[in-house]
Amino acid sequence: MAVATANQTIGPYWHLIEDASWADLTRFGAAGDRIVLTGTVTDGAGDRVTDAAIEIWQSSPPASPDFPAYGRCRTDGTGAFRFITLKPGPVAGVGNAQQAPHIAITIFARGLLQALTTRLYFQDEPLNETDPVLSLIEDAARRRTLIAQPVAPGAWHLDIRLQGDNETVFMEV
Amino acid sequence: MTTNTAPFRPMTAGSQPPNDTPEYGSTRLRHPTRPLLRIPQGVTETTSPIFAESRFPPIADLSMATGKPALGERIIVRGRVIDEDERPVPNTMIEIWQANAAGRYDHPGDQHDAPLDPNFHGEGRVFTDTDGWYQFVSVKPGSYPWGNHYNAWRPNHIHYSLFGTGFGQRLITQMYFPGDPLLALDPIYLSVPDPAARERLIARFDLDITAPARALGYRFDFVLRGRNATPIEQA
Ligand SMILES: [Fe+2]
Repeated sequence: MAVATANQTIGPYWHLIEDASWADLTRFGAAGDRIVLTGTVTDGAGDRVTDAAIEIWQSSPPASPDFPAYGRCRTDGTGAFRFITLKPGPVAGVGNAQQAPHIAITIFARGLLQALTTRLYFQDEPLNETDPVLSLIEDAARRRTLIAQPVAPGAWHLDIRLQGDNETVFMEV
Repeated sequence: MTTNTAPFRPMTAGSQPPNDTPEYGSTRLRHPTRPLLRIPQGVTETTSPIFAESRFPPIADLSMATGKPALGERIIVRGRVIDEDERPVPNTMIEIWQANAAGRYDHPGDQHDAPLDPNFHGEGRVFTDTDGWYQFVSVKPGSYPWGNHYNAWRPNHIHYSLFGTGFGQRLITQMYFPGDPLLALDPIYLSVPDPAARERLIARFDLDITAPARALGYRFDFVLRGRNATPIEQA
Protein backbone atom coordinates (compact mmCIF):
# COMPACT_ATOMS: atom_id res chain seq x y z
CA MET A 1 0.00 0.00 0.00
CA ALA A 2 1.18 3.50 -0.80
CA VAL A 3 0.88 6.35 1.70
CA ALA A 4 -0.84 9.61 0.75
CA THR A 5 1.50 12.44 -0.26
CA ALA A 6 2.20 15.01 2.46
CA ASN A 7 0.48 18.37 2.22
CA GLN A 8 2.51 21.57 2.23
CA THR A 9 1.34 25.16 2.63
CA ILE A 10 -0.26 26.94 -0.32
CA GLY A 11 2.01 29.88 0.58
CA PRO A 12 1.50 33.57 -0.21
CA TYR A 13 1.83 33.35 -4.00
CA TRP A 14 -0.98 30.94 -4.91
CA HIS A 15 -2.77 33.75 -6.77
CA LEU A 16 -0.70 32.74 -9.81
CA ILE A 17 -3.38 30.06 -10.35
CA GLU A 18 -6.26 32.31 -9.34
CA ASP A 19 -9.20 32.91 -11.67
CA ALA A 20 -11.54 35.40 -9.99
CA SER A 21 -14.50 34.10 -12.01
CA TRP A 22 -14.38 30.86 -9.99
CA ALA A 23 -16.08 32.68 -7.09
CA ASP A 24 -19.30 32.77 -9.14
CA LEU A 25 -20.69 29.24 -9.32
CA THR A 26 -23.55 30.43 -11.52
CA ARG A 27 -21.21 31.65 -14.30
CA PHE A 28 -22.02 28.72 -16.58
CA GLY A 29 -25.71 29.58 -16.52
CA ALA A 30 -27.02 27.58 -13.57
CA ALA A 31 -30.62 28.35 -12.66
CA GLY A 32 -31.99 28.10 -9.15
CA ASP A 33 -32.10 29.92 -5.84
CA ARG A 34 -29.13 32.25 -6.31
CA ILE A 35 -27.44 33.42 -3.09
CA VAL A 36 -24.44 35.52 -2.11
CA LEU A 37 -22.15 34.13 0.58
CA THR A 38 -19.79 36.53 2.30
CA GLY A 39 -17.44 36.20 5.22
CA THR A 40 -14.14 37.16 6.72
CA VAL A 41 -11.18 35.20 8.04
CA THR A 42 -9.33 36.34 11.17
CA ASP A 43 -6.34 34.91 13.04
CA GLY A 44 -5.63 34.36 16.72
CA ALA A 45 -4.80 38.04 17.24
CA GLY A 46 -8.04 39.13 15.61
CA ASP A 47 -6.18 40.34 12.54
CA ARG A 48 -7.67 39.78 9.11
CA VAL A 49 -6.12 37.01 7.03
CA THR A 50 -5.57 38.67 3.67
CA ASP A 51 -3.80 35.96 1.65
CA ALA A 52 -6.04 32.90 2.03
CA ALA A 53 -7.70 30.76 -0.62
CA ILE A 54 -11.25 29.85 0.36
CA GLU A 55 -12.88 26.95 -1.45
CA ILE A 56 -16.49 25.85 -1.31
CA TRP A 57 -17.98 22.55 -2.45
CA GLN A 58 -21.58 21.47 -2.16
CA SER A 59 -23.38 18.25 -2.95
CA SER A 60 -26.74 20.02 -3.38
CA PRO A 61 -27.71 21.04 -5.98
CA PRO A 62 -25.51 18.37 -7.57
CA ALA A 63 -22.67 19.33 -9.89
CA SER A 64 -23.69 19.50 -13.54
CA PRO A 65 -22.34 21.05 -16.72
CA ASP A 66 -24.16 24.28 -15.73
CA PHE A 67 -23.16 24.20 -12.09
CA PRO A 68 -19.62 23.27 -10.95
CA ALA A 69 -20.78 23.09 -7.28
CA TYR A 70 -17.21 24.20 -6.49
CA GLY A 71 -15.74 27.67 -6.15
CA ARG A 72 -12.54 29.37 -5.05
CA CYS A 73 -12.11 32.94 -3.81
CA ARG A 74 -9.24 34.90 -2.30
CA THR A 75 -9.56 36.81 0.91
CA ASP A 76 -8.99 40.45 0.02
CA GLY A 77 -7.07 43.20 1.81
CA THR A 78 -9.75 43.24 4.52
CA GLY A 79 -9.82 39.45 4.94
CA ALA A 80 -13.18 39.20 3.14
CA PHE A 81 -14.42 36.65 0.62
CA ARG A 82 -17.57 36.58 -1.51
CA PHE A 83 -19.19 33.76 -3.50
CA ILE A 84 -22.28 33.59 -5.66
CA THR A 85 -23.87 30.15 -5.68
CA LEU A 86 -27.16 28.25 -5.48
CA LYS A 87 -28.76 27.59 -2.11
CA PRO A 88 -28.36 23.93 -1.19
CA GLY A 89 -31.26 21.75 -0.07
CA PRO A 90 -31.22 18.82 2.36
CA VAL A 91 -28.58 16.15 1.67
CA ALA A 92 -28.99 12.42 2.25
CA GLY A 93 -26.95 11.17 5.18
CA VAL A 94 -26.02 7.77 6.53
CA GLY A 95 -29.03 5.46 6.79
CA ASN A 96 -32.25 7.43 7.03
CA ALA A 97 -30.59 10.56 8.42
CA GLN A 98 -31.11 13.78 6.50
CA GLN A 99 -28.32 16.35 6.62
CA ALA A 100 -29.29 19.99 6.86
CA PRO A 101 -28.44 22.16 3.84
CA HIS A 102 -24.71 22.83 4.05
CA ILE A 103 -21.65 23.85 2.08
CA ALA A 104 -18.16 22.49 2.73
CA ILE A 105 -15.50 25.17 3.20
CA THR A 106 -11.78 24.55 2.85
CA ILE A 107 -9.22 27.17 3.87
CA PHE A 108 -5.68 27.28 2.53
CA ALA A 109 -3.16 29.95 3.50
CA ARG A 110 0.41 30.78 4.30
CA GLY A 111 0.92 29.43 7.81
CA LEU A 112 -1.45 26.50 7.25
CA LEU A 113 0.62 23.43 6.43
CA GLN A 114 -2.55 21.59 5.54
CA ALA A 115 -6.04 22.78 4.74
CA LEU A 116 -8.62 23.54 7.39
CA THR A 117 -12.04 22.12 6.63
CA THR A 118 -15.35 23.32 8.01
CA ARG A 119 -18.99 23.57 7.02
CA LEU A 120 -21.41 26.42 6.51
CA TYR A 121 -25.03 25.94 7.58
CA PHE A 122 -27.95 28.35 7.25
CA GLN A 123 -29.76 30.01 10.16
CA ASP A 124 -33.40 28.92 10.70
CA GLU A 125 -33.21 25.63 8.83
CA PRO A 126 -35.36 23.13 10.79
CA LEU A 127 -32.99 20.27 9.88
CA ASN A 128 -30.15 22.01 11.75
CA GLU A 129 -31.62 20.58 14.97
CA THR A 130 -31.04 16.99 13.88
CA ASP A 131 -28.09 17.36 11.50
CA PRO A 132 -25.60 14.53 12.17
CA VAL A 133 -22.58 16.86 12.11
CA LEU A 134 -24.05 19.78 14.08
CA SER A 135 -25.34 17.27 16.64
CA LEU A 136 -21.76 16.22 17.40
CA ILE A 137 -21.07 19.70 18.82
CA GLU A 138 -22.46 19.93 22.34
CA ASP A 139 -21.64 23.57 23.04
CA ALA A 140 -24.27 25.82 21.43
CA ALA A 141 -21.78 28.68 21.07
CA ARG A 142 -19.37 26.40 19.21
CA ARG A 143 -22.19 25.20 16.96
CA ARG A 144 -23.02 28.82 16.09
CA THR A 145 -19.56 29.25 14.53
CA LEU A 146 -20.91 27.22 11.58
CA ILE A 147 -24.25 28.99 11.08
CA ALA A 148 -24.36 31.70 8.42
CA GLN A 149 -26.68 34.59 9.19
CA PRO A 150 -29.00 36.30 6.69
CA VAL A 151 -27.81 39.85 6.04
CA ALA A 152 -30.13 40.76 3.14
CA PRO A 153 -32.59 38.85 0.96
CA GLY A 154 -30.54 36.06 -0.65
CA ALA A 155 -27.36 37.10 1.16
CA TRP A 156 -25.67 35.12 3.95
CA HIS A 157 -22.62 35.89 6.05
CA LEU A 158 -20.22 33.73 8.09
CA ASP A 159 -17.06 34.84 9.85
CA ILE A 160 -14.26 32.29 10.25
CA ARG A 161 -11.88 32.51 13.20
CA LEU A 162 -8.79 30.36 12.84
CA GLN A 163 -7.76 30.54 16.49
CA GLY A 164 -8.79 31.91 19.90
CA ASP A 165 -12.10 33.22 21.19
CA ASN A 166 -14.98 31.91 19.16
CA GLU A 167 -12.64 29.69 17.16
CA THR A 168 -14.51 28.07 14.28
CA VAL A 169 -15.18 24.36 14.58
CA PHE A 170 -12.79 22.70 12.12
CA MET A 171 -13.24 19.13 11.05
CA GLU A 172 -11.26 16.02 10.30
CA VAL A 173 -12.71 14.35 7.28
CA MET B 1 -20.10 6.13 -15.13
CA THR B 2 -20.87 5.58 -11.45
CA THR B 3 -19.44 7.57 -8.59
CA ASN B 4 -17.50 5.97 -5.77
CA THR B 5 -18.86 7.30 -2.48
CA ALA B 6 -16.97 4.99 -0.13
CA PRO B 7 -15.37 6.95 2.73
CA PHE B 8 -11.66 7.74 2.81
CA ARG B 9 -9.33 6.01 5.24
CA PRO B 10 -7.64 8.12 7.91
CA MET B 11 -4.23 9.54 7.06
CA THR B 12 -1.23 7.45 8.12
CA ALA B 13 0.35 8.74 11.36
CA GLY B 14 3.33 11.01 10.72
CA SER B 15 2.63 11.42 7.03
CA GLN B 16 1.06 14.88 7.28
CA PRO B 17 2.45 18.11 8.78
CA PRO B 18 0.72 19.42 11.93
CA ASN B 19 -0.63 22.94 11.55
CA ASP B 20 0.93 23.77 14.93
CA THR B 21 4.57 23.84 13.81
CA PRO B 22 6.36 26.56 15.83
CA GLU B 23 9.50 26.50 13.63
CA TYR B 24 7.32 27.90 10.81
CA GLY B 25 6.44 31.26 12.34
CA SER B 26 3.32 31.97 10.26
CA THR B 27 1.57 29.01 11.90
CA ARG B 28 1.60 30.71 15.31
CA LEU B 29 -1.63 32.71 15.01
CA ARG B 30 -3.25 30.60 12.30
CA HIS B 31 -3.47 27.09 13.70
CA PRO B 32 -6.65 26.08 15.54
CA THR B 33 -6.17 25.28 19.23
CA ARG B 34 -9.26 23.07 19.62
CA PRO B 35 -9.13 19.45 18.49
CA LEU B 36 -10.59 18.79 15.05
CA LEU B 37 -14.12 17.39 15.02
CA ARG B 38 -14.14 13.96 13.40
CA ILE B 39 -17.22 13.85 11.17
CA PRO B 40 -18.91 11.02 9.31
CA GLN B 41 -18.09 11.21 5.60
CA GLY B 42 -21.14 11.79 3.46
CA VAL B 43 -21.59 12.59 -0.18
CA THR B 44 -20.12 16.08 0.38
CA GLU B 45 -16.81 14.59 1.48
CA THR B 46 -16.62 11.59 -0.84
CA THR B 47 -17.36 13.30 -4.15
CA SER B 48 -15.40 16.03 -5.86
CA PRO B 49 -15.71 18.67 -8.55
CA ILE B 50 -15.06 17.60 -12.12
CA PHE B 51 -12.87 19.82 -14.28
CA ALA B 52 -13.18 19.42 -18.03
CA GLU B 53 -10.23 20.34 -20.25
CA SER B 54 -12.64 22.21 -22.51
CA ARG B 55 -13.37 24.73 -19.76
CA PHE B 56 -10.00 24.62 -18.01
CA PRO B 57 -7.51 24.53 -20.88
CA PRO B 58 -4.16 22.90 -20.12
CA ILE B 59 -0.96 24.96 -19.85
CA ALA B 60 1.56 22.15 -20.21
CA ASP B 61 4.64 24.19 -21.18
CA LEU B 62 5.44 26.90 -18.63
CA SER B 63 8.79 27.49 -20.34
CA MET B 64 7.13 28.81 -23.51
CA ALA B 65 4.00 30.46 -22.13
CA THR B 66 4.57 33.64 -24.18
CA GLY B 67 5.78 31.78 -27.26
CA LYS B 68 9.37 32.72 -26.41
CA PRO B 69 11.67 30.65 -24.21
CA ALA B 70 11.94 31.53 -20.54
CA LEU B 71 15.38 31.85 -18.99
CA GLY B 72 16.68 28.99 -16.88
CA GLU B 73 17.39 25.30 -16.89
CA ARG B 74 14.60 23.62 -18.85
CA ILE B 75 12.98 20.65 -17.11
CA ILE B 76 10.38 17.99 -17.85
CA VAL B 77 8.37 16.74 -14.88
CA ARG B 78 6.54 13.46 -15.42
CA GLY B 79 4.79 11.08 -13.09
CA ARG B 80 1.62 9.37 -12.03
CA VAL B 81 -1.30 10.18 -9.79
CA ILE B 82 -2.40 7.06 -7.90
CA ASP B 83 -4.37 6.36 -4.75
CA GLU B 84 -3.15 4.50 -1.66
CA ASP B 85 -4.33 1.26 -3.23
CA GLU B 86 -2.01 2.08 -6.16
CA ARG B 87 -4.84 2.53 -8.61
CA PRO B 88 -4.35 5.28 -11.19
CA VAL B 89 -6.42 8.46 -10.92
CA PRO B 90 -7.32 9.24 -14.53
CA ASN B 91 -8.40 12.54 -16.10
CA THR B 92 -7.74 14.57 -12.98
CA MET B 93 -6.58 18.19 -12.99
CA ILE B 94 -3.23 19.26 -11.53
CA GLU B 95 -2.63 22.97 -10.94
CA ILE B 96 1.00 24.11 -10.92
CA TRP B 97 2.72 27.33 -9.84
CA GLN B 98 6.33 28.31 -9.20
CA ALA B 99 9.00 31.00 -9.07
CA ASN B 100 11.15 31.74 -12.10
CA ALA B 101 14.73 30.57 -12.48
CA ALA B 102 15.95 33.56 -10.46
CA GLY B 103 13.69 32.73 -7.52
CA ARG B 104 11.09 35.44 -8.15
CA TYR B 105 7.32 34.96 -8.43
CA ASP B 106 5.40 36.96 -11.02
CA HIS B 107 3.20 38.13 -8.15
CA PRO B 108 2.73 41.63 -6.73
CA GLY B 109 3.39 40.36 -3.21
CA ASP B 110 6.87 39.09 -4.08
CA GLN B 111 9.36 41.89 -3.39
CA HIS B 112 12.52 39.76 -3.57
CA ASP B 113 15.21 41.69 -5.43
CA ALA B 114 15.66 39.17 -8.22
CA PRO B 115 14.67 39.81 -11.83
CA LEU B 116 11.31 39.00 -13.35
CA ASP B 117 11.44 37.19 -16.69
CA PRO B 118 9.02 38.62 -19.26
CA ASN B 119 8.78 35.14 -20.79
CA PHE B 120 7.92 33.33 -17.58
CA HIS B 121 4.68 33.61 -15.65
CA GLY B 122 4.80 30.41 -13.60
CA GLU B 123 1.25 29.08 -13.90
CA GLY B 124 0.48 25.64 -15.31
CA ARG B 125 -2.38 23.16 -15.52
CA VAL B 126 -2.31 19.58 -16.77
CA PHE B 127 -4.61 16.57 -16.70
CA THR B 128 -3.69 12.94 -16.10
CA ASP B 129 -4.33 10.50 -18.92
CA THR B 130 -6.47 7.39 -18.63
CA ASP B 131 -3.66 5.61 -16.77
CA GLY B 132 -2.92 8.44 -14.33
CA TRP B 133 0.17 9.83 -16.08
CA TYR B 134 0.88 13.57 -16.35
CA GLN B 135 3.74 15.61 -17.77
CA PHE B 136 4.70 19.25 -18.12
CA VAL B 137 7.68 21.33 -19.20
CA SER B 138 9.06 24.24 -17.19
CA VAL B 139 12.31 25.76 -15.96
CA LYS B 140 13.87 24.83 -12.65
CA PRO B 141 12.68 27.40 -10.07
CA GLY B 142 15.31 29.31 -8.11
CA SER B 143 15.44 29.40 -4.34
CA TYR B 144 14.37 32.60 -2.63
CA PRO B 145 14.78 34.24 0.77
CA TRP B 146 11.87 34.58 3.18
CA GLY B 147 11.35 36.22 6.53
CA ASN B 148 10.85 33.18 8.76
CA HIS B 149 14.21 33.52 10.52
CA TYR B 150 17.60 35.11 9.93
CA ASN B 151 19.04 34.14 6.52
CA ALA B 152 16.12 31.84 5.68
CA TRP B 153 15.92 30.52 2.09
CA ARG B 154 13.32 28.22 0.62
CA PRO B 155 14.70 25.19 -1.22
CA ASN B 156 13.85 25.02 -4.93
CA HIS B 157 10.24 23.90 -5.17
CA ILE B 158 7.16 23.71 -7.37
CA HIS B 159 3.65 24.09 -5.90
CA TYR B 160 0.84 21.70 -6.85
CA SER B 161 -2.89 21.44 -6.28
CA LEU B 162 -4.89 18.24 -6.93
CA PHE B 163 -8.57 17.44 -6.47
CA GLY B 164 -8.80 13.68 -6.99
CA THR B 165 -12.20 11.98 -6.89
CA GLY B 166 -13.46 13.20 -3.50
CA PHE B 167 -13.16 16.43 -1.56
CA GLY B 168 -11.50 14.42 1.23
CA GLN B 169 -8.62 13.78 -1.23
CA ARG B 170 -7.86 17.46 -1.85
CA LEU B 171 -4.07 17.88 -1.87
CA ILE B 172 -1.89 20.97 -1.96
CA THR B 173 1.79 20.27 -1.76
CA GLN B 174 5.28 21.23 -2.91
CA MET B 175 7.80 19.20 -4.89
CA TYR B 176 11.50 19.56 -4.11
CA PHE B 177 14.67 18.70 -6.03
CA PRO B 178 17.29 16.09 -5.13
CA GLY B 179 20.51 17.15 -3.44
CA ASP B 180 19.27 20.57 -2.31
CA PRO B 181 21.29 21.64 0.78
CA LEU B 182 18.45 23.93 1.87
CA LEU B 183 16.09 21.02 2.55
CA ALA B 184 17.79 20.22 5.86
CA LEU B 185 17.17 23.82 6.97
CA ASP B 186 13.62 24.36 5.74
CA PRO B 187 10.89 24.34 8.41
CA ILE B 188 8.15 23.78 5.82
CA TYR B 189 9.79 20.66 4.39
CA LEU B 190 10.78 19.49 7.88
CA SER B 191 7.21 19.94 9.16
CA VAL B 192 6.32 16.46 7.87
CA PRO B 193 7.14 14.25 10.88
CA ASP B 194 7.99 10.99 9.10
CA PRO B 195 11.33 11.34 7.26
CA ALA B 196 10.25 8.81 4.62
CA ALA B 197 7.04 10.78 3.96
CA ARG B 198 8.94 14.03 3.49
CA GLU B 199 11.55 12.42 1.27
CA ARG B 200 8.70 11.39 -1.03
CA LEU B 201 8.26 15.14 -1.70
CA ILE B 202 11.63 15.11 -3.49
CA ALA B 203 11.50 14.45 -7.23
CA ARG B 204 13.92 11.90 -8.68
CA PHE B 205 16.23 12.77 -11.56
CA ASP B 206 15.35 10.42 -14.42
CA LEU B 207 17.50 10.00 -17.51
CA ASP B 208 14.63 8.26 -19.32
CA ILE B 209 12.47 11.37 -18.95
CA THR B 210 15.39 13.63 -19.87
CA ALA B 211 15.09 14.81 -23.48
CA PRO B 212 18.49 14.75 -25.27
CA ALA B 213 19.82 18.25 -25.99
CA ARG B 214 16.54 19.66 -24.69
CA ALA B 215 15.61 19.30 -21.00
CA LEU B 216 16.44 17.49 -17.76
CA GLY B 217 13.80 14.98 -16.65
CA TYR B 218 12.36 14.51 -13.16
CA ARG B 219 9.92 11.87 -11.93
CA PHE B 220 7.34 12.80 -9.33
CA ASP B 221 4.31 10.72 -8.30
CA PHE B 222 1.34 11.84 -6.23
CA VAL B 223 -0.55 9.50 -3.91
CA LEU B 224 -4.11 10.45 -2.93
CA ARG B 225 -5.98 8.99 0.04
CA GLY B 226 -7.47 5.53 -0.39
CA ARG B 227 -11.07 4.60 0.28
CA ASN B 228 -12.31 2.19 2.92
CA ALA B 229 -14.46 0.01 0.75
CA THR B 230 -13.78 -0.67 -2.89
CA PRO B 231 -17.08 -1.41 -4.56
CA ILE B 232 -16.90 -2.70 -8.10
CA GLU B 233 -17.71 0.12 -10.45
CA GLN B 234 -18.67 -0.43 -14.02
CA ALA B 235 -19.46 2.19 -16.56
FE1 LIG C 1 6.90 28.99 -3.07
